[in-house]
Amino acid sequence: MNTRVIHWFKFSSPQNFYVLAGRMQPWFAALAIVLMAVGLWISFFVAPTDAQQGEGYRIIFVHVPASQMSMFIYLVMAAWAGFGLAFNTRLSGMMASALAPTGALFAFLSLVTGSLWGKPMWGAWWVWDARLTSELILLFLYLGFLALQSSIDDPRRADKACAVLALVGVVNVPIIYFSVKWWNTLHQGASVSLTRSPTMASTMLAGMLIMVIAFWMYTIAVTLARVRNIILDRERHTEWVKHAVE
Amino acid sequence: MQWNSVSEFFAMGGYAFYVWGSFGATALVMLIETLLIRRQRQEVLASLRNELLSEGASS
Repeated sequence: MNTRVIHWFKFSSPQNFYVLAGRMQPWFAALAIVLMAVGLWISFFVAPTDAQQGEGYRIIFVHVPASQMSMFIYLVMAAWAGFGLAFNTRLSGMMASALAPTGALFAFLSLVTGSLWGKPMWGAWWVWDARLTSELILLFLYLGFLALQSSIDDPRRADKACAVLALVGVVNVPIIYFSVKWWNTLHQGASVSLTRSPTMASTMLAGMLIMVIAFWMYTIAVTLARVRNIILDRERHTEWVKHAVE
Repeated sequence: MQWNSVSEFFAMGGYAFYVWGSFGATALVMLIETLLIRRQRQEVLASLRNELLSEGASS
């Protein structure tokens, strides 16, 4: 009668999740590759030239997905960390640590592509603007998480310490998101001023949306692959890992 | 299609360095991350096999 409920909890065990993640990972990787190919094609060949920024605006097709992912990954990471604190499940900490490096890389890419966009449009690689500064703090939060993790030998204790750090840092995410509304920033608002006719605007938007979904798929594929490594490493003294390796 | 030639495409209306720099940096980071995870997997598997071998030899 209750078999369906029990079914879900099955995957909270690292052993079962290892198998499930291994089965799902290739599909997400394939989706990421296909969607990125479509997204890149739209970015360069379908989306029209911007009326104000010329071809320079095309940076948007990597800048927006990278920035969004850097924020979303932090929220997901903090949710896993909080779940781990509340229910003391081993897998939660492993998921949080599998997400952190990818989140850090996207925060880094957001800043790099942002400054490559800022230089030609604003005339400066960097300004101490609210949006940019809070995104930089996000990168530091990720780096702090990773540093704290590697500084504590016992992985379960590291999970707990990192979970607290991740949860405290969550306050920064809405600050990044709303910074363009709350303060008078140089960074443009959330709605990108799309040019000329509405049909052209829609291809830009479609390209951006496809790239965002592609980045999602990439993140899921990479996180599943990394969490499998973490599971093997941390569960190395269990029988099932020994059988899995043989 | 807004490109009349291949060179015009690569020139990106004068923004070549910024546009290709952004897309290049993103591609490079994704490639490196994928390779690092693959190497991490091989290292974990190798160390697990070593442990198993030494256990088998001692028992």
